Amino acid sequence: MKLDLVTSLYVFMLAAFIGFEVIRRVSPLLHTPLMSLTNALDAIAVVGAIILVGRYHEHGAQLAKVLGTIAIVAATSNIVGGFLITDRMLRMFKPSGQIKKS
Amino acid sequence: MSDAGSGYLIEITYLIATALFILSLKWLSSPTTARRGVLAGEAGMALAVIGTLLQQGIVNYQWIAIALVLGTIIGVPLGRVAMTAVPQRTALSHAFGALCVTLVGTAEFYLKAPDVPPFTMSVLSMEVILGSLTFTGSLMAAGKLQEILPQRPITYKGQNVVNLGLLGVAIAVAAVLAAHPEKTELFPLIVLIPLVFGVMMIIPIGGADMPTVISLLNSYAGLSAAAMGFVLDSKLLIIAGALDGASGFILSVNMSKAMNRSFSNVLFGAFGQEQTAVAGALPARTARSATPEEAAGILAAANKVVIVPGYGMAVAQAQHKVRELYDTLTKRGVDVKFGIHPVAGRMPGHMNVLLAEADIPYDRLLDMDEINGDFPQTDVALVIGANDVTNPAARNDSKSPIYGMPILDVDKARIAMVIKRSMAAGFAGIDNPLYYLDKTLMLFGDAKSFVGSLVRELGGAQD
Repeated sequence: MKLDLVTSLYVFMLAAFIGFEVIRRVSPLLHTPLMSLTNALDAIAVVGAIILVGRYHEHGAQLAKVLGTIAIVAATSNIVGGFLITDRMLRMFKPSGQIKKS
Repeated sequence: MSDAGSGYLIEITYLIATALFILSLKWLSSPTTARRGVLAGEAGMALAVIGTLLQQGIVNYQWIAIALVLGTIIGVPLGRVAMTAVPQRTALSHAFGALCVTLVGTAEFYLKAPDVPPFTMSVLSMEVILGSLTFTGSLMAAGKLQEILPQRPITYKGQNVVNLGLLGVAIAVAAVLAAHPEKTELFPLIVLIPLVFGVMMIIPIGGADMPTVISLLNSYAGLSAAAMGFVLDSKLLIIAGALDGASGFILSVNMSKAMNRSFSNVLFGAFGQEQTAVAGALPARTARSATPEEAAGILAAANKVVIVPGYGMAVAQAQHKVRELYDTLTKRGVDVKFGIHPVAGRMPGHMNVLLAEADIPYDRLLDMDEINGDFPQTDVALVIGANDVTNPAARNDSKSPIYGMPILDVDKARIAMVIKRSMAAGFAGIDNPLYYLDKTLMLFGDAKSFVGSLVRELGGAQD
């Protein structure tokens, strides 16, 4: 597929607008989980790192392997840690009815 | 970036992953659907990663496998930190995200150079510059939050000039590289200078500015990932980065409004300017204080109570005692709500997480705009570990440095009670006229033990 920068710019612009509209609706109550969740989603950069390490390179393979491997470690820790802590936080938010009377 | 035949399959996989990511954020809007949002995000991520492993012409799995395992080993404990440590964990994860983007960008450059078209080179530079400064900036923020580094802001004359100068040099080098990508010896500069800039940017930042800074770094991390999407021509990455960038941007604007800082101030990270000296000669005023018995008596007679928690409550680890107070008062038929200022705590929404962890139902946690109309009908506003966000000078003293900052109107309640260690000023270093009002009672002591004695006086001690 050929690099199509204009299309990419359109994609970016539309995604930014969707992001604004969707995220504006997130209650301030959940702003901390919002940040940890977007952080985990952002770690999708791991896809780029996997391709970097896994593909065959004629030259510069060593550099790609070393930098890419560290990048995968960093991104994976964000994916695993980010989803784990977001879910842990969200489980704590309970409405009045669900909290057992002590 | 895929070969013709199997290219469609992987593109459709990415398309579904993208839709799941957007749904994930959409479902996060309400606590009732939020956990479904996490599931959607996980599903999208799993699809994208597995699809990439199978469909992208990967020939070398060994290092990928090792890295995925290592990342999981590091990630699991980072997902299990205490709720009080969530701000530093978040800062650390921004650093990891930025590290990933910077390293991939660097490798891409050396693989492609000197064959890089100007637009790609510009975006790649942006990716690497934003990534590097977010990496060190976030590490610094995490260090300050974890109190490994001094939390005190360090300022010196011409700080903004030095910082903007550094950034300017990095951008100039990037411009040269865009025209002459064959000058590979220049590339390390657009990594190293922003690394230094990231450190310098956070040096002048104090603890109370952290909610804004974390949001801003969040936004930078997202934008650098989107830039990486441009370089790799990955729509999925562009969209994920744009969503993250938008989220960080919205939170930054929220926080800057709540801190009464202009938006340009936030964009360029010019925080922590020296606070203007505060009016010296104040008339000698007296504050009234009360004992736990007296305070408990007033609370017991109230119909409506609003508790206003601040970072002081988290520092004193008082949230579980506050829950006992909430239970005791509720049992007596008192209507108890919580009023949460947007910048209470060390990151957006931090107070809500701490109170939810202490088992306070989320429908009792109201943000500033929701609760402010309630104060005139409130019998007692109980402030625990908050100061500047309750300062009426922000509303009615145009000479005050915090004039214009939105506050919680606790002074409009019938009685205001403030639990505080001493009369010392808050973060902004200014006096709080609330403390000298006739309706205000100062409750001097440690938040945790004072709330504990209130609970005992009200007959609800559980131990």
